[in-house]
Amino acid sequence: MQTLTPILSTVTAAFLASFVEVVEAFTIVLAVGVTRSWRPALTGAALALALLAALVLAFGPLLALVPITTLQFVVGVLLILFGMRWLRKAILRSVGVIALHDEEAAFSKETAALNQQANDRRADYLAGLASFKAVLLEGVEVVFIVIAVGAAHGQTLYASLGALAAFFLVMLIGLAVHRPLARVPENALKFVVGLMLTSFGIFWTGEGIGADWPGADLALLAIFAIVALASFAMVRWLRSTYPVSVGGLAR
Amino acid sequence: MNAIRLVAREFFGMFVDDGNLALLALVLVAAVAIAVKLLSLPPLLGGVLLLVGCLAILLLSVRRAARAVKR
Repeated sequence: MQTLTPILSTVTAAFLASFVEVVEAFTIVLAVGVTRSWRPALTGAALALALLAALVLAFGPLLALVPITTLQFVVGVLLILFGMRWLRKAILRSVGVIALHDEEAAFSKETAALNQQANDRRADYLAGLASFKAVLLEGVEVVFIVIAVGAAHGQTLYASLGALAAFFLVMLIGLAVHRPLARVPENALKFVVGLMLTSFGIFWTGEGIGADWPGADLALLAIFAIVALASFAMVRWLRSTYPVSVGGLAR
Repeated sequence: MNAIRLVAREFFGMFVDDGNLALLALVLVAAVAIAVKLLSLPPLLGGVLLLVGCLAILLLSVRRAARAVKR
């Protein structure tokens, strides 16, 4: 159980976080492919994936040079910042302070922009660039998540498998339905991912300063439960104290 | 070069959305680390403080955002 806990939590965190990011990138690539043509869409996506791979190959080996406690501390702090940002947004979306992310709307916005550029001589280039940027920007987050949840316990392989599974699942569903994956419960997924990343961050930062968590890796589950309970309590409290009608203005 | 700048900007944006939340979290981590390393605070207590502090910072941040919309 004690060795299974970090593996399962690493794979799950990498899978869920990557799933959300791949869905967002897929929406833009699909919009480019459907509106313009598949050649610039796939070329842009492939170039972005190649650049991401180059970044991983360039910076990945450097991690091996960092002592494990330093790595846990640095990655833990970054995960606290990253996870709390996701969690904050998910809480605010749950209470209606921030509008929910809408893949149909993102798809429509992208196709409208591409249609406006249809007569431009550089239309193919601009379409490819849109695809390239979407995959690169969402991919940077996936790469960080894989490195962050995997590196501190030497489980980058498991984290990569989780991310890869998310990539193939989104592609599979996307090819089958051939439209934006609008019915994915994105905020619920982001809520769970925010909880997991924040818990990982607190756990590893604690280990980085020398904390010997009771129950070793099982403490991760306890931290997750406490963060989850507190976050749900915040949602309930905000709903009753600051009722908001529809999507608000906060960032 | 533009691609690298784009990646760098995205990377920074991944961690900082609400500047106050990011700053308070960094101050909390620094304070706990200093207390453990220099003031002999038991590391486990440091970890617990980290957990409680992060939740308090999150509460402050979401309350501020909800208040801003309510006004």
